[in-house]
Amino acid sequence: MPFFGSVSLLLALALSVYTLLAGTLSLWAIAHGRALAIAPERIRETARRAGIASFVAVTAAAFALVWAFFTNDFSVDYVLHHSSIALPGFYKFSSIWSGQEGSLLLWAWLLAAYGFVLRIRHKTDITLHAYASTILSGVQIFFLLLVNFIALPFAIVPGGVGPADGFGLNPLLQYAEMVIHPPMLYLGYVGFAVPFAFALGALMMRYPGEKWIQITRRWTMVAWLFLTCGIILGMHWAYAVLGWGGYWGWDPVENASLMPWLTGTAFLHSVMMQEKRGMMKGWNVWLIFITFILTILGTLLTRSGLVSSVHAFAESDIGTWFVWFLVLVMAVCLFTFLYNRDHLRNENHLESLVSRESSFLFNNLVLLAACFTVLWGTLFPVLSEFVQGSKVTMGAPFYNRVAVPIGIFLLFLTGVGPLLAWRSTSLRAIRRNFVLPCIAIIVTTIVLIIAGVRPWSAENQASGDVGSSIYALVCIALGVGVITAIVAEFLRGANVVHTQTGKNLVASTILLTRRNTRRYGGYLIHFGVVIMFIGLAGSAFNQSRESEMSFGDSINLGGYKVVCQSYSEDSNPNYDSQFALLDVYHNGKKITRLAPERRVYFVNTDHAQPSTVVAIHSSLQNDLYVVFEGTNPDNDKPIIKFFINPLVNWIWVGVVIVIFGTFIALVPPLKTATRRVEVPSPLAPDPTRMDPALGGGLARGSVPLTAPEGPHV
Amino acid sequence: MYKRALQLILIVFVAFTMLGASTPTGRFNRLGHDLVCTCGCAEILLECNHTSCPASPGEIADLHAQIDSGASDAAIFKFFAAKYGPTVLAEPVRGGFDTVAWIGPFAFLLLGIALILLLLRLWKARHARLAPAAPEIPTPNADALRDRIRDETNYGE
Repeated sequence: MPFFGSVSLLLALALSVYTLLAGTLSLWAIAHGRALAIAPERIRETARRAGIASFVAVTAAAFALVWAFFTNDFSVDYVLHHSSIALPGFYKFSSIWSGQEGSLLLWAWLLAAYGFVLRIRHKTDITLHAYASTILSGVQIFFLLLVNFIALPFAIVPGGVGPADGFGLNPLLQYAEMVIHPPMLYLGYVGFAVPFAFALGALMMRYPGEKWIQITRRWTMVAWLFLTCGIILGMHWAYAVLGWGGYWGWDPVENASLMPWLTGTAFLHSVMMQEKRGMMKGWNVWLIFITFILTILGTLLTRSGLVSSVHAFAESDIGTWFVWFLVLVMAVCLFTFLYNRDHLRNENHLESLVSRESSFLFNNLVLLAACFTVLWGTLFPVLSEFVQGSKVTMGAPFYNRVAVPIGIFLLFLTGVGPLLAWRSTSLRAIRRNFVLPCIAIIVTTIVLIIAGVRPWSAENQASGDVGSSIYALVCIALGVGVITAIVAEFLRGANVVHTQTGKNLVASTILLTRRNTRRYGGYLIHFGVVIMFIGLAGSAFNQSRESEMSFGDSINLGGYKVVCQSYSEDSNPNYDSQFALLDVYHNGKKITRLAPERRVYFVNTDHAQPSTVVAIHSSLQNDLYVVFEGTNPDNDKPIIKFFINPLVNWIWVGVVIVIFGTFIALVPPLKTATRRVEVPSPLAPDPTRMDPALGGGLARGSVPLTAPEGPHV
Repeated sequence: MYKRALQLILIVFVAFTMLGASTPTGRFNRLGHDLVCTCGCAEILLECNHTSCPASPGEIADLHAQIDSGASDAAIFKFFAAKYGPTVLAEPVRGGFDTVAWIGPFAFLLLGIALILLLLRLWKARHARLAPAAPEIPTPNADALRDRIRDETNYGE
């Protein structure tokens, strides 16, 4: 099987090289009207088919690796270092991307899969798809070169015969979400290669009009959705596995995934300006270029060890290759842009500061500022070492001070943008649209203060974190204001539909959304993001406490009473574990039993380390988050750390709404349905003289009228 | 009126930001969250959850001692940076080149805002120069009419 996998990868590389060369040649010949021995259109078709075949070859290689894992073929070096006989099958599958070589193969396979779909759907616009396919094959060649010559997933151990058992999988990765988090993240990363290829291709061929944007919109949204899911799954994994009570640590690798998400979000917004008003063409092209470049940079950061990260298990000297690839991509983008920049001339310009275009522009600016902050914070230690000879730490306090105000500004724009009209907004419209959200903000602020959210309170002073409380208060109040604005928008539209159709409000809202899925799906996404922001604001009110818990011991925290019922140990072929059984009471009533656990994976000799299994009792109000930290060596009593994390569930609920909204936005809107209605025309001849050519049914000269049957966009 | 409101907002903002530094516990919590555990876990000092951590108890003891000695925040950070290395500080607060870390993002944002305003001004000026003088529309309340049109057509597009 390792031989089969290696040959498949070589074949995939050869096919990708052919796709690139034949595609380039044929497109050059077509663009310049040159004749070749074989018709350029035929060469283009062979390039497309070679691209499809390369997907089959990479799939075969991926299958060979899966096979090696499931058959415990420890003669394969990669399998030896990332699996063991005792590892459950579930995790054997996820082991495939637990290291350098396998994750690069996953990247290559996903890219091939995206390329496969793109090449299958080429009839939408054959020439544009040919350009995109050729560019995509260029990216594919880079990754196939890596897995063929630099990071070999099928390398055989010295001597050709492996040991009886493998080193096992890193315990931190033995968690259900780890089976799905990396593929989701990679689907997002790799997915952005497709709009990048379309944008670069459209620019190279000087594509007339904005249709390429419509073609790529769904690709971009799908990539964005996958990246969103990947990031959130990573957050949830960090929350449930790492046991430090949080979900986002501003680790460089987390940051690397956030950066393309931010620029991708900016692209999805600003692209509307190009579609509607022919503006920001150059800007949009660069946004998608930068998004793709950032996905490569993210991979570089993960792989190179350039910055310190908890993802250090993926480090190697492969970073140099990524640097060169990054330089090449940037050079191609810059050259193509400069060569064709006259094609990107705007048809319209911004006319007013108080307009939808302006809000999009500021939205883009804030998203880019957020992206810059994250990039700056990630790379500043390297810069500091270069300038002052010593590294600095850019921890959560830095990001909290800088990124949180930027995030709140973004939240503000989320509410303001949709309320402004294209071109310019009248003062009267501003007054009318903003009254309700402003009232909601004021009322929420008052209610929160009455409810006890008081940044100036003694409790906040004691915790030394007044700033966070202020931000949280502003964020929640602003969030409620934005939700009010979104609901008002839905109601306003639904009322119009209700007036037209007589349907009730719910049916009118559904019909309204179906008529313009993109707009109202977008509002739902905004709604989900606001819910997430409110959830994030809850972290300002986190509480924690550490305690030794013997039989019958109890503690009170955040309205919960936790009583220790027992603590014990267990063992299985994969790990040893210690755990405690804790009964949780709320208002004197037992609500659940939690079992925080600490495991030591003794099979694993390559990455030996203990791992925590956090126990969480979740509600919409807060999470009771319990970590088994270890035992006191003096008396063997378990040391348990308790956290009260308010509103964390809102983050996960918000994500579900974002996903739902994205699906709505991806659904095509209802189209105009027409019905043919025959009415006698004043010019119509006598009905007794029917035209036999028309089957005797329809008189020549009759006027077919279209009557709306369904909703109209 | 607006000036008064602005002054009030400023006073409230300053009051809020000045709060929190007054109690010793508050100061310990605040400073403890500006330092990193040096055991290699990269956690914030007061959030390190490792049992028998070799580093955090010593750092916490040092922090208590420094606060009790009445040292200023800057002096405490200097002490920690000298004893444990500059990476013990969770954010760049040593002054000098460290300040650049704080200026960078806000400079980017401000530069961006200035650029947008400048572009808007240029575009408006060019628009006014190139566009022919439009005849005055004899509509008594064009804004109201435009709003009504938008209201009635906005639902589907």
